Amino acid sequence: MSSQTLNTQHAHAEEHEHHHDAESTKIFGFWIYLMTDCILFATIFATYAVLSGSFAGGPTGKDIFELDYVLGETFLLLFSSITYGMAMIAQHKGNKAGVLKWLAVTFLFGLGFIVMEINEFHHLIHQGFGPDRSAFLSAFFTLVGTHGLHVTCGLIWMAVMMAQVASKGLTTTNNTRLMCLSLFWHFLDIVWICVFTVVYLMGVL
Amino acid sequence: MSHGHVDHSGASHGSVKSYVIGFILSVILTVIPFALVMFPTLAPGVILTSILVLAIVQIVVHLVYFLHMNNSSEQRWNVMAFIFTILIIAIVVIGSLWIMFHLNHNMMRH
Repeated sequence: MSSQTLNTQHAHAEEHEHHHDAESTKIFGFWIYLMTDCILFATIFATYAVLSGSFAGGPTGKDIFELDYVLGETFLLLFSSITYGMAMIAQHKGNKAGVLKWLAVTFLFGLGFIVMEINEFHHLIHQGFGPDRSAFLSAFFTLVGTHGLHVTCGLIWMAVMMAQVASKGLTTTNNTRLMCLSLFWHFLDIVWICVFTVVYLMGVL
Repeated sequence: MSHGHVDHSGASHGSVKSYVIGFILSVILTVIPFALVMFPTLAPGVILTSILVLAIVQIVVHLVYFLHMNNSSEQRWNVMAFIFTILIIAIVVIGSLWIMFHLNHNMMRH
């Protein structure tokens, strides 16, 4: 074996390493973004906690929250979390068809969640319990709506990723993007745990 | 206690097993607090404490089994950033509640 070959191999390995570092820096950067998003949610949660008793003669949480409905929404998000996990496992194995299949399933669960949430909002506003009714309802719509908006963005991102994986395959760039979306999606599920505990369960209690 | 393969990014891919364990734990940790509130048998104070503790446990389950957070060296900066964020969240949430509670108290709203 000539030293030339060794050198080439070494250079190749170094290049690979460099490439790998760039991708991991992107994922770490996305993690930092998620942490700032946590602080955004923390401020909205703090606002909700402060205003959660200001009903202005309007309905309380006990009057308007339907826990079995919220449990349904929670399960849709939980199912979408595990199916996204399956998509990541398929991605790790280089199984493009598997990634597309599991992303589609995750998308449907996420869409189901958003449809249920819009239906809930529509129902409340229709009854005259919109965000203009009381400070409690303003804070409620802001908090739950912000989470819903994040999920909607996640769904758009997921649709874009399905198109990109379908047309370009599991390239390094696509894999990094799938990893970032994975963090985003699981992060939204964690925020939802706080939402159903602080807003719905404590609201009804 | 690492779950699945960890690469340089500090992000790892879990195994089917770790996702299924995380999912089953999450289902249990979701159903219990809903059942406690929907069919109340305990005192409200006990229920409140229980659902808050169960929520924190479920967040940890999600972090470990879905976001694959662990104490490996690759993850050090992810964990550091997370701990710093927890500190900021605690200041924002506890600080706001504290100030607004005393404000309401001094304005004699309660």
